[in-house]
Amino acid sequence: MKNNVQRELPEDLMKQYNYQPYESTEIGEPVYQKVAPKVKVSTGDDKYSESLAEIVKKTVKDGMTISFHHHFRNGDYVVNKVMRLIIDNGIKDLTIAPSSLTGAMNDILIEAIQKGTVTNITSSGMRGSLGEFVSHGGMENPVIFRSHGGRARAIEEGSIKIDVAFLGVPNADKLGNANGMYGKAVFGSLGYALMDAQYAQQVVLLTDNVVPYPNTPASIKQTQVDYVVKVDAVGDPDKIGSGATRFTKDPKELKIAQSVNEVIVNSPYFKDGFSFQTGSGGAALAVTRYLRQAMLDNQIKASFALGGITKPTTDLLEEGLVGRVMDVQDFDKGAAESMHSNQMHQEIDASWYADPYNKGAMVDQLDVAILSALEIDTHFNVNVMSGSDGVIRGAIGGHQDAANAKLTIISSPLTRGRLATVVPEVTTVVTPGDSIDVLVTEYGIAINPARKDLQEAFKDLPGLPIYTIEELQKKAEKIVGTPAPIEYNDRTVALIEYRDGTIIDSIKEVK
Amino acid sequence: MEIKNTAIAGTLESSDIQIMLSQGNNGIEIELESEVKAKFGAQINAVITETLKQYEIENAKVKAVDKGALDCVIKARTITVAQRALGIADQPAWEVF
Amino acid sequence: MTETTERLRRTMMFVPGNNPAMVKDAGIYGADSIMFDLEDAVSMNEKDSARALVYQALKTVDYGDAELVVRINGLDTPYFDNDIKAMVKAQIDVIRLPKAETAEMIKELEEKVAAAEKEFDVPAGSIHLMAAIESAKGVLNAPAIAAASDRMIGLALSAEDYTTDMKTHRYPDGAELEFARNMVLHAARAAGIAAFDTVFTNMDDTEGFYRETNYIHQLGFDGKSLVNPRQIEMVNKVYQPTKPEIENALNVIAAIKDAESKGSGVISMNGQMVDRPVVLRAQRVMKLAQAAHIVNEEGEYIEK
Repeated sequence: MKNNVQRELPEDLMKQYNYQPYESTEIGEPVYQKVAPKVKVSTGDDKYSESLAEIVKKTVKDGMTISFHHHFRNGDYVVNKVMRLIIDNGIKDLTIAPSSLTGAMNDILIEAIQKGTVTNITSSGMRGSLGEFVSHGGMENPVIFRSHGGRARAIEEGSIKIDVAFLGVPNADKLGNANGMYGKAVFGSLGYALMDAQYAQQVVLLTDNVVPYPNTPASIKQTQVDYVVKVDAVGDPDKIGSGATRFTKDPKELKIAQSVNEVIVNSPYFKDGFSFQTGSGGAALAVTRYLRQAMLDNQIKASFALGGITKPTTDLLEEGLVGRVMDVQDFDKGAAESMHSNQMHQEIDASWYADPYNKGAMVDQLDVAILSALEIDTHFNVNVMSGSDGVIRGAIGGHQDAANAKLTIISSPLTRGRLATVVPEVTTVVTPGDSIDVLVTEYGIAINPARKDLQEAFKDLPGLPIYTIEELQKKAEKIVGTPAPIEYNDRTVALIEYRDGTIIDSIKEVK
Repeated sequence: MEIKNTAIAGTLESSDIQIMLSQGNNGIEIELESEVKAKFGAQINAVITETLKQYEIENAKVKAVDKGALDCVIKARTITVAQRALGIADQPAWEVF
Repeated sequence: MTETTERLRRTMMFVPGNNPAMVKDAGIYGADSIMFDLEDAVSMNEKDSARALVYQALKTVDYGDAELVVRINGLDTPYFDNDIKAMVKAQIDVIRLPKAETAEMIKELEEKVAAAEKEFDVPAGSIHLMAAIESAKGVLNAPAIAAASDRMIGLALSAEDYTTDMKTHRYPDGAELEFARNMVLHAARAAGIAAFDTVFTNMDDTEGFYRETNYIHQLGFDGKSLVNPRQIEMVNKVYQPTKPEIENALNVIAAIKDAESKGSGVISMNGQMVDRPVVLRAQRVMKLAQAAHIVNEEGEYIEK
């Protein structure tokens, strides 16, 4: 069975999980019934506990689906604390459905899988030893990877049915009013966790900072919470910030960032009131800096910046160059602080941000998105999930979702070390080429042939050579050489959902 | 040619390869460490072996730590380590270049 | 000689010769000339590694249209002969001699280059030379150095060693370099070759970099030696002709075409005769404009 990006899909699993193959980026106008959680009625006076063990014992049973958020990123303590208790309780056959996984919980999840505690995982991604473990066939059942918007959709339509959500927060009162903005382990927006708080059958908050009732602003509300558990620490503040928070000085990254800026500024979308999403990482920060100058030079202001937010973006808000920051997660402390100091900085949940199955998501209003890639092929299909050796080491994040922007730019070096980024065929298709418009590399750009308007807009651009993507692919291959093909076994270790819940690709076990 | 002494060339910086060459007695034995081994391991070994053969080195132990080096870098580092191990660092064998 | 002097040489980017990451990426920044360094950027015990690395890179990496230059180790070093042989065999465009002080040094280099061309079957005379002036003696002998060989394409001033030799150091206003800059520039122009200004190393002082570049542009230097790819764009900005300069140049070129089509030897514009310097300047302006991508293939100004 092949889907519309020419990927062979495992027929048995497609049938077993009742999946349809990916067809199109068009979502259409389906009508469906949203699910709602069961409510155990309480006045709230019995929610507070100082024993996580007791609450875990009370809530988690064999065969359940439990969830976490990944706002603590590499500083997360919550998954480790909860999973330790669950494993020691001898629980079996759990599905875990976190918004994503970082390296912070790899060891305990591998242990949980080996002991039969966890038998299914759905996540945005995974890295390091867990990715290796899964890719080498460590799990019986395939991992299901979903984008942030796709997870929101799956929760709302009931494909992910969370029995217990364990949500770490840097502050909460004893009834469960909480936000991500104050306390030791602050991370800013609770965007992904808000889905779990709203839809899980039981919601357990973990906090190291119990504050007087009523706690405001309340992102998670007492009406949603079953238990509030005091623990010694929910996260390591030093490891919550992700990646580079300083402008890169790497000349290659700067050159790419400058070219990305040229593409944006010369596109038909760069006009007063435009909107953008840049993401994190040194190069993305550099793009924001160039964009700021271009906005000043051309007296153009943006209506909103969307998605994962960094300090340079909230600086634009302070400067009045951006009207609103619509924030589903914060990549650094500066961005997190802006949320409580600036009213134009709005926390949004994953559904509002990116869910294709609701009454309008913000990604559909987005003009410009700058996204990264591990690989991009000559059909503009993008891989952000598996390494060139076929091993899982990435995350979809909001990639598939933000790619719905009117101008989606992939910003990536042509080669990394000895690996080509532009390849004849990506190892794993995550985001379909139909939603990608321009590739920017240090050598030049390639425009999706479907975008004749952009071909026209960018011809004659000073100092921005335009190639076909095939030319860039050949250039890359000439530099690094022709790689040997990866060898796989027949077994499928992961399925990649497109944001609408169809299957865009699968990942095989590596030899 | 005979390897006179163990030599090393290259660094552990990104895009480089560090090669250590010492006496061996069982043909050219390469121990390669590389993040791109699955895709380029055979090619890396081929460049090293071919270059050593041009120096008529028949037996050697090679320990290579690759950080994503291109073929031209691998060849350059092999030349340097071979010249050094043969004790002729200041008399380049131009035909191998 | 005209062919070599016509070439644009606004930017000559230094690349440390023993750094694979920088050597392989040197072509992506749009430098007019790339200068691989085997001398000061390479430690004594890695001279052989750098030589082999630059050689292999020259043989395999695509550096596009950039002019490829290598700074070899000096005459008084044990690396001099091997550096020359390797770079001639690699068919480098230009060999740059550091610490040039006399015409004899250039002649010695020339002899060895010619011998290497013969040894490696490289077309005779195809390897060009340039000299770095880094001392009081070098400055005073600059005219003879510039004219020492038909292979010479340029002189470069190296201010670090020069200011030390002069018992001073670099100042923001550059007064200490005034004589040397003018000597090097005049020597180069008199010999019909290019002149490169010295490096500016403080990457955080953007204003100072522009001040210095504007100044050497005004003096008439072809361009500047650079230590960081990020400086390329800044130099190019300084050398970018203005719109009125381009329009004027276009008029001159139209007048030349007009004269050609009429078979007339006299070029006239607005009823006045256009003399040779004006024509040469117009051609250079158009070349700079094309390099700055501000005119299209038809030579029309692109409104941005």
